[in-house]
Formats: sequence, C-alpha cells, structure tokens
Amino acid sequence: MQFGIFSVGDVTPDPTTGRTPTEHERIKAQVEIAKKAEDVGLDVVAVGQHHNPPFVASSPTTTMAWIAAQTERIVLSTATTLITTTDPVRIAEDYGTLQHLTDGRVDLMMGRGNTGPVYPWFGKDIREGINLAIENYALLHRLWREDVVDWQGRFRTPLQGFTATPRPLDGVPPFVWHGSIRSPEIAEQAAYYGDGFFHNHIFWPASHTKQMVDLYRRRFEHYGHGGYDQAIVGLGGQFFMRPSSQDAWNEFRPYFDNAPVYGHGPSLEEFTTQTPLTVGSPQQVLERTLGFRDYVGDYQRQLFLVDHAGLPLKTVLEQLDLLGEILPALRAGMAEGRPAHVPDAPTHGSLVAAAGGARDTTVHAEDDVTGRVADEAQDDAQEVSA
Amino acid sequence: MTRRVVVVSAGLSVPSSTRLLADRLGAAVVERLGADTRLDVVELRPLAHALADALVTGFASGDLAEAQDLVRRADGLVVVTPVFAASYSGLFKTFFDVLEQGTLDGKPVLLGATAGTARHSLVLDHALRPLFSYLHAVAVPTGVFAATDDFGTDADLSGRIARAAGELADLVGGGPALHVVTDAEVAEAGAVPFEQLLARASGRE
Repeated sequence: MQFGIFSVGDVTPDPTTGRTPTEHERIKAQVEIAKKAEDVGLDVVAVGQHHNPPFVASSPTTTMAWIAAQTERIVLSTATTLITTTDPVRIAEDYGTLQHLTDGRVDLMMGRGNTGPVYPWFGKDIREGINLAIENYALLHRLWREDVVDWQGRFRTPLQGFTATPRPLDGVPPFVWHGSIRSPEIAEQAAYYGDGFFHNHIFWPASHTKQMVDLYRRRFEHYGHGGYDQAIVGLGGQFFMRPSSQDAWNEFRPYFDNAPVYGHGPSLEEFTTQTPLTVGSPQQVLERTLGFRDYVGDYQRQLFLVDHAGLPLKTVLEQLDLLGEILPALRAGMAEGRPAHVPDAPTHGSLVAAAGGARDTTVHAEDDVTGRVADEAQDDAQEVSA
Repeated sequence: MTRRVVVVSAGLSVPSSTRLLADRLGAAVVERLGADTRLDVVELRPLAHALADALVTGFASGDLAEAQDLVRRADGLVVVTPVFAASYSGLFKTFFDVLEQGTLDGKPVLLGATAGTARHSLVLDHALRPLFSYLHAVAVPTGVFAATDDFGTDADLSGRIARAAGELADLVGGGPALHVVTDAEVAEAGAVPFEQLLARASGRE
C-alpha cells in the first residue's frame, strides 16, 4: 500500500500572523515539502492544477519535473490534472515527457475542476464537464496506446494521422486515477478502463465515500478487470498532530476556523466528527486512518493533505516528520489481514512486468526522400556490413 | 397504506404565527386524509446553524440530514414561511437551496406564508410558486396567506385552509404513494453504462 501527500497549491494567509506567503515562497515550499516527503519514507507526492488565484499550481508538470530532479524514489502524481479544460494532446505530451525524464516515476489523477470561469477561459462550458471528462480521456487513452490516431470528437479539432510523442516509456503508459467526490459517471469511467478511482474523502462524511467506492468496485468487477476487492482505490485524508492531543487542537483551531474551504462553518469538533479530519496525537491519527478500511475495504493509496489553510512551511515539515514516525505502524496495520489477492497500486515497474517486459515503442519518422524509417535504414546498413 | 405528510415551518419567534398557520394546515390535511396519516413537522429555526454549515461544507449532517430525509420520504409537503423583505425568508430558501437536486420532483406541496399585513399576500404567487416550479414540485392551486389580522377577524381563513388542505389531500391520497428515491438509487441511476456515456459525450446519443 502507498502512502503520500497531496496539495492544491493554495496561497493562503497564516491566520495567526496575518502574513500571506508570496507565490515564489509557495512554489519553492512545494518542492521542500516533496523532498521532505521522500525523506520520511512516503511513496507519493501529488500536486494540483488550478488556473486562478489564490493558487500557484497552474503548471503541474513543471513542478513535478523539478521535484523529480531532486528526489530519487518518490512517485510524482497529480491532484488533479484537469481533463476537462486541458487539451488531451498536451496531457499526452507533457506527462509522456515527464514519464521518460523520471524513468517512470509518474502517474496522474484526472479531475474536472469546479471553478466555473476556468471553463470559459479555456473555451469550454462547465455544463459539459462530465462529457468533457469522458471524451477527452477517451482520446488521451488512445494517444498513449495507438501510434497513429485518427480522431473526431466534439470538443477539440479533429486529428488525422497524429502521433503523440514521445511514445510511452517501455511501451507502458503512466497509470491513471480518476478523482471524484460525487459523480457516479467518473466511478463508472474508472471501472470501465480498469483505472484507479480516488475519492477525495476529506470534505464529506464517510458514508458518501463508501457509496462511491462500492459503485466503482462493482463496476470494475462487471468490466472484468478483477474481483470486487481487487479494484484500485485511493483515498484522501487530513490530520493535524502533535505529541499531545491538546496541543494539536489548540494550534490547529485558528487555521481550521479560517480555512478557505470549511472555515466559518462547522466547529472543529463537529467537522472532525463528521469527516475524516483527525486532530490529535500520532496514535489517534494512526488509529483513525486504519479505520478507513472498515468502509472502503483494503485499498491501495492513501494521500494526506498537509499544506493547507495557511500553515507555515515549518509546521508542515514537522507534520511530515510525525507522519514518518507512524508510517511503519500504518504500513503494518494496513497489511494486517489483507488478503494476498488484493493488489498493490500499479507502478511503472509492475505495469512493465504485467506487459511481459519493457519494449521500446519509438515511432521513427519516415525519411521524406527515401520513404524509409530510421530502423529500416539501420537494418539495411547492418546487412551491408554483414 | 400510511401517507406521510411533512410540514416545513420557517417561523423564527416563539410562539410563531408561521408555526400556528403550519399546524392548522397540517391538521387540516390529516383530517382530510384520515387516521392512517403520519404527520411530521420540520422547524427550521433549530436547524439554522446546520443550514449555514451545509452552505459552507456542501453536506448536511445530524438533524438537518434527518429533516431532509423526512422531506424525501414525504407523500406531500406543507411549507410555510414568514415574509421577509417582500419574499420568503432566507432561512426558508436555504433549506431548499441545500436539498439534494430532484428531492421534490413531482411532490405535491401546499404553499403558505404569513406577514404583518395583507399587503404581502401576493408573495405566494410571485415568490413561492416560481421557486417550487423550479424545484419540479406540484404546488396545489390554493395557497394560504395569513396576515396578523386574519387570526382574529378573518373567518374565511379557515375556509382557505380547508380548501387548500383538500387539494393537497386529493393529490396525496388519490394516486399511488410516491416512490422514495434513496441515496443508493441516486448513485445507481447516475451509473450509466460507459459506452452510453461515451456516446453521449460525443453527441452521438
């Protein structure tokens, strides 16, 4: 099972000091946080994509590449990649390139985005959100699996004889998760392709998460990708911990009360009861997190939101240290009683193995004078020399 | 078969003339439907905090979730609001703002309102009726408006209550009980097979 962090990349004032970080500080902080995540032993770091203030995360693959260059092991992912307003051809190219640069340390999570004006800014219509997610991903899926694509759809200009380059590393496209809080169509989409399904989990009561994951699992089985309990499930989570539970509550309360998403609404006490947010000691966070399995079944990926609500970088890094301390117990707890046939989250390595080994799928251009492609010419040259 | 009638009352003061009207309407509907009727009253005042929270978080919890469930399972509704600033109150509107879409589809509703004077009586037709049309509810033709004076002098208030209650009872009692859509069914209904989703996305459906 994978553990990691996800971020939306927001620039939020620290309510205890009134100070708002600069964009530069936030962008650099994301990199520091990712490096720390690797240091404490986490498996995944996921960055967001937004196209409006107060977010700095408009260019996820740039940030991911910079993080990848300074880390060795951690998998880079997204939370989320906007499949609605980003051209699927650009997604294929950007993440395809990133996959090569990182030697396969990349996967991505598709999301629709719920900021209304972003759609018209990119020439789209939010009322078509689901349709955009369905059609755009259908194209992306083909671009990574077919060397030459002819395409005509409703939402982008047609493609004739188009090859998305680079071709996937080792002939295996990056693994894809589909994220949604409450749209059954997205669970259906993930199930149809045998892709992963990620439930944000953190803003809503667990009953909603349970229902969506159940739907995804049933449909995954329906489409023949494996058993109900073999579907690939990811969950969000959030916590604030200190060695003493009371310290955690006192320190986190002003951040919660003023948080952009749920601030000025329910009390911290109510919200921690109603949603998976856990504030307390490391032991309490450990126990609550291990309880997620009770309603979604054994799952594959747990991501935590740690840099939000204006928490200063120093505090975020301390949170990661504490997470690192309970990580062995989290891993052991999640492994307990987990049936052997429940798979781990797919990685580049496991996907290559499943495909029967790595193969180069480079598409060489045709020489416009001889009509030959490079490897044919190479074969000829070898024959001549032999 | 037991019919379920739910009264939603948005009065704020205690006692409240809105609740007074709501109770009279509820009782009149039960009288017309007979003994095999279950009547529940949802008072919005105690749900004020939960409603504000639901606006902020996007989900309903505790008593508010229970109230929403009562409304979802109701065969008929009586809704009564005080008039604030020439319309329904914000609290009243918020309750319907945070209801799951589709909850009121085809549901018979009796509209009621109260105000200090009769000068607001058209609020039923210029504010409540369009709201419930939008929500796809079936509002009965007679709405009941009660000004403060009506509780003392207007003998005809009882007549209007009886007439409106009769109209609601006819809709509730006449047909088969409404099918109550559960959360799981909502999720299932959204689970359109993927090939169909793809056809729809591409405009081929």
